[in-house]
Amino acid sequence: MAFGKTKFGLQKTREGVFSKITRLVSGRKKVDENLLDELEEIFISGDVGVDTTLYLLDKIRIRIRKEKFNNSEELNAIIKDEVSRLMIAPREKEVEAKPYVILVVGVNGTGKTTSIAKLAYHYKNQGKQVLLAAADTFRAAAIEQLSIWGERIGCPVIKHQPLSDPGAVVFDALTAARARQADYLIIDTAGRLHTKVNLMTELNKIRKVIESRMEGAPHEVVLVLDAGNGQNAISQAKEFVKAAEVDSIFLTKLDGTARGGVVLSVKRELGIPVKYIGLGEQKEDMELFDPKEFVEGLFPEP
Amino acid sequence: MLEDLTQRLESTFRKLRGYGKLSEKNIEDSMREIRRALLEADVNYTVVKDFVATVQEKALGQEVLQSVTPGQMVVKIVHDELVRLLGSSAMQIRTAGIPPTIVMLAGLQGSGKTTFAAKLANFLRKRGQKPMLVAADVYRPAAIEQLKVLGRSLNIPVYDEGLSDPVKIAFNAVSVARQQFCDTIILDTAGRLHIDQAMMDELVKIKNRIRPHEILFVADGMTGQDAVNTAKEFVQRLNFDGVVLTKMDGDARGGAALSIRAVTGKPIKFMGIGEKLDEVEQFYPDRMASRILGMGDVVTLVEKAQATIDEEKAKKLEQKLRKAEFDLEDFRDQLQQIKKMGSLESLLKMIPGVSRQLKGVTVDDGQLIRVEAIINSMTTEERHNPKILNGSRRKRIASGSGTRVQDVNQLMNQFQQMRKMMKQMKGKSFKGMGMPFGLA
Ligand SMILES: Nc1nc2c(ncn2[C@@H]2O[C@H](COP(=O)(O)OP(=O)(O)O)[C@@H](O)[C@H]2O)c(=O)[nH]1
Ligand SMILES: Nc1nc2c(ncn2[C@@H]2O[C@H](COP(=O)(O)OP(=O)(O)O)[C@@H](O)[C@H]2O)c(=O)[nH]1
Ligand SMILES: [Mg+2]
Ligand SMILES: [Mg+2]
Repeated sequence: MAFGKTKFGLQKTREGVFSKITRLVSGRKKVDENLLDELEEIFISGDVGVDTTLYLLDKIRIRIRKEKFNNSEELNAIIKDEVSRLMIAPREKEVEAKPYVILVVGVNGTGKTTSIAKLAYHYKNQGKQVLLAAADTFRAAAIEQLSIWGERIGCPVIKHQPLSDPGAVVFDALTAARARQADYLIIDTAGRLHTKVNLMTELNKIRKVIESRMEGAPHEVVLVLDAGNGQNAISQAKEFVKAAEVDSIFLTKLDGTARGGVVLSVKRELGIPVKYIGLGEQKEDMELFDPKEFVEGLFPEP
Repeated sequence: MLEDLTQRLESTFRKLRGYGKLSEKNIEDSMREIRRALLEADVNYTVVKDFVATVQEKALGQEVLQSVTPGQMVVKIVHDELVRLLGSSAMQIRTAGIPPTIVMLAGLQGSGKTTFAAKLANFLRKRGQKPMLVAADVYRPAAIEQLKVLGRSLNIPVYDEGLSDPVKIAFNAVSVARQQFCDTIILDTAGRLHIDQAMMDELVKIKNRIRPHEILFVADGMTGQDAVNTAKEFVQRLNFDGVVLTKMDGDARGGAALSIRAVTGKPIKFMGIGEKLDEVEQFYPDRMASRILGMGDVVTLVEKAQATIDEEKAKKLEQKLRKAEFDLEDFRDQLQQIKKMGSLESLLKMIPGVSRQLKGVTVDDGQLIRVEAIINSMTTEERHNPKILNGSRRKRIASGSGTRVQDVNQLMNQFQQMRKMMKQMKGKSFKGMGMPFGLA
């Protein structure tokens, strides 16, 4: 059941990184370097990254010096506040558009195709018309994979032959989405390492095709990040922002790891928020990510 | 990133003049930087802690080599220790006394198992084996089709039973392989989380049923801190024999290599360096160490400072060069020297100014590998006397090395040109001559 799964997933993250903080802090009257060291360990072990960890610790150190706290709850509150500041972004209102075009990008194997299935299922459940575009023409059987998902969810899939031009698929999909009056068009792309110049140029071209075909589109570019990845995710995000102007992050495989802390760095360095989280391999294993609720959850009131 | 550690270490040591011995104080200072470099490379926190403690002890009181700074000395000690920990570099797979040899792959979702299965099949066939691929991922949509497409493109048989029981598929595949006279079975399995008990049990069942000769754990080279937990769980359940690190063609520093090695003790046997089916490479601990530290330059510098052993070899080579006796055997030696120093990319980065220009550009290390593969496929006689390389020999070499005849021709042309150039250069110094074959 979707609800149970979701709770399980978030709970894992809570128990993983952040409940450790609460445990660490509870009962402390004094903050010494030992405590800060342990805090550092918790952050870094959560893949928050060295830079962002040091940044957070500095902030916390300063606040502690200034604000003199009396009990561990207050210390907890300070840490929570600083983490919140990093995580929470004003929720951007989704633009109204029909079709609302979502372009999904990311490095190899992060979970793009599966995440698209989840998004499609999510919108389908709201009674929307969803169209999928199989613009990963490169990976073996990638088109079949998306087609199987399309069948399971009941969404048509626009596809061409393997190894054909992804730009052409996108072009056709945009035309079809208009003609069929779809509410959503979700475009799958081939995985690409962000360091490959030619592949990133290709992605930029795909974006340009969409822009030129439809005013205001793509309405959302989703970068899919694997929560198991470490600091390389920052490098990934930087390059995908350059090539495709990323709007939001879909953080996958959070059912397997209590980490994924790198999204804190991505948010701090690039300002891109996590919007969706993936918690399994099935179409219902997705959640919209609410940073506020998330942080509240991380630091339960004692 | 590349220059960071070097610079930081140098500034740590700036106050320190002269050489002499490393002291407790300056080691402690430098360890902070080393620790940071390792953490930034995604080496697991606990692994870093242990590592730094070990190195700190080892470094204490060591003589600083002449002609290097204490900063460089520390890096060398760290580098050497990393290399030691990272272990050996053989692309070896245990083979069965009576074929077929059974190789089983396992790992998390999306780590690159299916792609590697095809790469390994391709690699083994080049070595004269007759592999068969087996599709036992019945969960991911189109996973079987993916393996079939890859198998078809290589013209290597793929056994599947559709969406039936993976244990049964694996078991049946063994007798099918025997019937088809395939000597190696490569079993592709579904990705699974280490915490998913039911799915982990399935792997154990497969293992117990078919008793693979070799189990490889396929891990994404970009993996973060969790590498330790995942690897631990897989090794406990499966006791795998080796590790494959994929997606190393990107800019991940690959700290997971050290983490996995540290917690499992298993060797890293292969690296995936691209999506294409020939993009697989041997694991080089020394390259990996430089990469994890985020610096190829200082280490090589230090190595050069103490490279008295290789000097002898170099002198001989120079003499040969002058007499234009330089043959393909020597050339291969030279290539191997380069490889010892790191990837072509990191080598280029050692040249001042190039590092910045190189940002965002990927250098084709595949070129080096191709050239070496071509030379490896020649007979000793051919290497000594390239003149005898006629059309049919070239064709044989191309197919043996998995390249095209054009590639062999190109290499031979360039080689002749280089020899000509050497003759003209007689009497001049070879320093700064640069790399032959447009490799640099
Ligand atoms: N456990 C888990 N696996 C996932 C999740 N998202 C995707 N996967 C798996 O990751 C693998 C790669 O996913 P895929 O969508 O093909 O990735 P792509 O190459 O980026 O399109 C597949 O085995 C998926 O089932 C997730 O949230 N949790
Ligand atoms: N750049 C790069 N991509 C790779 C490498 N190995 C696998 N991939 C890609 O990673 C993705 C997932 O690979 P796949 O073999 O399907 O993973 P599996 O889910 O573990 O079977 C695919 O897009 C592959 O093309 C590699 O070494 N380099
Ligand atoms: Mg895909
Ligand atoms: Mg697979």
